[in-house]
Amino acid sequence: MLEILGKTNFDFMGKRRYAFFFSGIMVILGIIALIQIGRGAANLGIDFAGGTAVQLKFDQPIKIDEARKALESNGLGDAELQEFGQDNKLLIRVKASTTIEEKTAERVVAIFTKEFPGNHFVVDSTTEIGPTIGKKLQEDALIAVLVSFAGIIFYIAARFEFRFGVAAALATFHDVLAVLGAFYVLDKEITLLVVTALLTLAGYSLTDTVVVFDRIRENLRLRRREREEIMINNAVNQVLSRTIVTSLTVVLVLIPLTLAGGEVLHDFSLALLWGVIFGTYSSVFVASPLLLLWPGTPGRLLKRA
Amino acid sequence: MKKVSGRLTLLVLVLLVSLVMFVPSYPPLYQALPAWATRLLPNKGITLGLDLQGGIHMVMEVDEDRAVEIAVERSVTSLQDALVEKKIPVESVKRTGPGQITIQFQNADLKIQIQKLIDDYPTFAEQPSSGSANSVVWELRDAEAKRIKDSAINQALETIRNRIDQFGVAEPVVQRQGLKQIVVQLPGVKEPKRAKDLIKETALLEFKMLDEDSQIKLDLPTRIPKDKEAEVVAQMEGKLPEGDQILFERAIEKDTGREYRIPYLVKKRVMLTGDVLSDARVAIGQFNDPYVSITFDSKGGREFERITGDNVKKRMAVVLDNTIYSAPVIQERITGGRAQITGTFSTQEANDLAIVLRAGALPAPLKIIQDLTVGPSLGRDSIEKGIKATLVAGAMVVLFMIVYYRMSGVIADLALVLNLVCLMGALSALTATLTLPGIAGIVLTIGMGVDSNVLIFERIREELRSGKAVRLAVDGGYDKALLTIIDSHVTTLITGVALFLFGTGPIKGFAVTLCLGIAINLFTALVGTKVIFDIMNQRRKVEQLSI
Repeated sequence: MLEILGKTNFDFMGKRRYAFFFSGIMVILGIIALIQIGRGAANLGIDFAGGTAVQLKFDQPIKIDEARKALESNGLGDAELQEFGQDNKLLIRVKASTTIEEKTAERVVAIFTKEFPGNHFVVDSTTEIGPTIGKKLQEDALIAVLVSFAGIIFYIAARFEFRFGVAAALATFHDVLAVLGAFYVLDKEITLLVVTALLTLAGYSLTDTVVVFDRIRENLRLRRREREEIMINNAVNQVLSRTIVTSLTVVLVLIPLTLAGGEVLHDFSLALLWGVIFGTYSSVFVASPLLLLWPGTPGRLLKRA
Repeated sequence: MKKVSGRLTLLVLVLLVSLVMFVPSYPPLYQALPAWATRLLPNKGITLGLDLQGGIHMVMEVDEDRAVEIAVERSVTSLQDALVEKKIPVESVKRTGPGQITIQFQNADLKIQIQKLIDDYPTFAEQPSSGSANSVVWELRDAEAKRIKDSAINQALETIRNRIDQFGVAEPVVQRQGLKQIVVQLPGVKEPKRAKDLIKETALLEFKMLDEDSQIKLDLPTRIPKDKEAEVVAQMEGKLPEGDQILFERAIEKDTGREYRIPYLVKKRVMLTGDVLSDARVAIGQFNDPYVSITFDSKGGREFERITGDNVKKRMAVVLDNTIYSAPVIQERITGGRAQITGTFSTQEANDLAIVLRAGALPAPLKIIQDLTVGPSLGRDSIEKGIKATLVAGAMVVLFMIVYYRMSGVIADLALVLNLVCLMGALSALTATLTLPGIAGIVLTIGMGVDSNVLIFERIREELRSGKAVRLAVDGGYDKALLTIIDSHVTTLITGVALFLFGTGPIKGFAVTLCLGIAINLFTALVGTKVIFDIMNQRRKVEQLSI
């Protein structure tokens, strides 16, 4: 029997102060990111903010500062550039200030044709999104987030006790906010795909939490004499290898997807990868200790006699 | 012990059905099959999304207000004709608001006569309060404005459909979305720019007379560089005679190939529009220059004959979307209902012009509000990378499971393969669209798919540790893990469904694969692997479980 961890007895609950401190910082970052998004000050992808993105694939390597200079001298100084080195690919993004009628995409193509006559390229993709669509997508994304969160909380509250539902939902919020905060701090673009990843990881992180909660519930039914803190700590230790192995298999598939899935999927996979790691951490260090914070008589975790 | 044969049969059946359903998604195999076999199979499988096969996804909005304005302007023209015909002298007839026409006249006695004209224009209502002794104001009725807006979008849909049909795209999608949006999807288009131009062009063909009497035309430059049109218009602003406008002809210098523009003074009044055309074809002229030969319908032909007859030796401009294609002198009355549009264009441009003329004009300009274009090379790239990532991810998980759980790991891996086969079969059966995020969804299914088995195996290990016999440990492991597995699947499924309901395009593709993957996984984990364990336990008494 190969085991990553044998029988463990870590004092997770005792470390909860450190965990809460660390998580608190991540959550605050996430909330700042949320506020900035609301104010329109965050790095929103053009699918939300509106604008134009053109991806070009060159025959020869292209220097990013030369490309920027070419765009600046042709009046597109506010364009953002991103290169995908090994394929000689260059992504040019121009945000909302322009409308589609101005044909920004055609302008970008014309500029590169003119300024780099020796370096032939093909247009990999162009994306132009008007401000009204951006608004619509923002709304849709928000509705999707709200619906899935409401659904999850409702389900958990129905399956477990209310306290578990709240703790699980808080832990899930924590994971989503942490990844969002990390994206914000690193100034990574928040696109529709990233939001999709955040929602998916919300579902996934909950899976992790459910595994732990299931065991806590089971133990609560069996040994009701023990102190709550010890009981929860034991449960977490009992399922620790499960928690780690299940996360590990998902991490195993996300690593190749992040590294080799191509530029379209990179940020999506990265958000999921971080999300799975945070989700695993939170099911042990956040969701379970949160159960202890519930106000009321200690030792009355489960109402049922 | 429960009987295994029933579940085993079910498993094999599901596997077979999935394989059969998948066949149409794999063209090399599908096409190699004999005809009787393909007839038994569904004829459509998984389609690749635009992000994988390249193509255009556009959302457009019809400029409805402009459609109303255009309709009102048309009424203005017809009203002007009627006034001339009835010999009622007026000062001007103008559109003075979105749906408003103002008729001004010197002689106040004419008012009653003019007011009577409204009987012929039932879609308008007079606004007595806005008029005066020397003017009458008509306003388009609200119901009519609504009808025009409604029909504008339907007409635009029809026109775009016609144009795309003639352009030739396999499986295009042209749909109305919401109240005033049109979604156009053109998979696998090789020349995206050309296709876009073709769709977007309003293609309003108009015949207008040049104003050759006004001296102002002498002030116009003979030719100007491209992009300087606005300056010329600004210069002449205010100097133009009533009812005239400046339009430009596009021309190319023969030697240098440089484009330039020739300004013309043109009467605003539209003599004839493109909706009286019955056909438009490309033909090649005597100097090998392509032109478009147009045929009028019978009413248009008579009208064209009358107009040309009335204006012999005068110049008529052929205007498409406010650009003059040519401005020939009418040599004689043109009978037979045919005309030619010449101008500086390549054969391809002439071809596209013929298409848009045949398909008809758009009722109003279109505004593109979303445009996603993926070139075929990126699509190919994405598929390659997606497949590579899937294979690597799959290999890593398979290896990990074997290393960590030994024989049981192999069983879990078998379930994983079953899982993937069923997923592909289900996607085929639903003729789902596979997008790049959809591939990511499949990869994720691989990772989360083994999760259920991990949960079960860890439980079995616990049971074994507590000293239970193999058979009891396996049964206990499955029983105890069951609730956890269902809980964890349902929570993921909830987010998947939310994404499916509110996501668009690629996101929907992701949601579909994720939801299907989870549902199928529930089946393979609970039925699939259990059957194998049960068979093992049935054959002989297993003393040691390799887990």
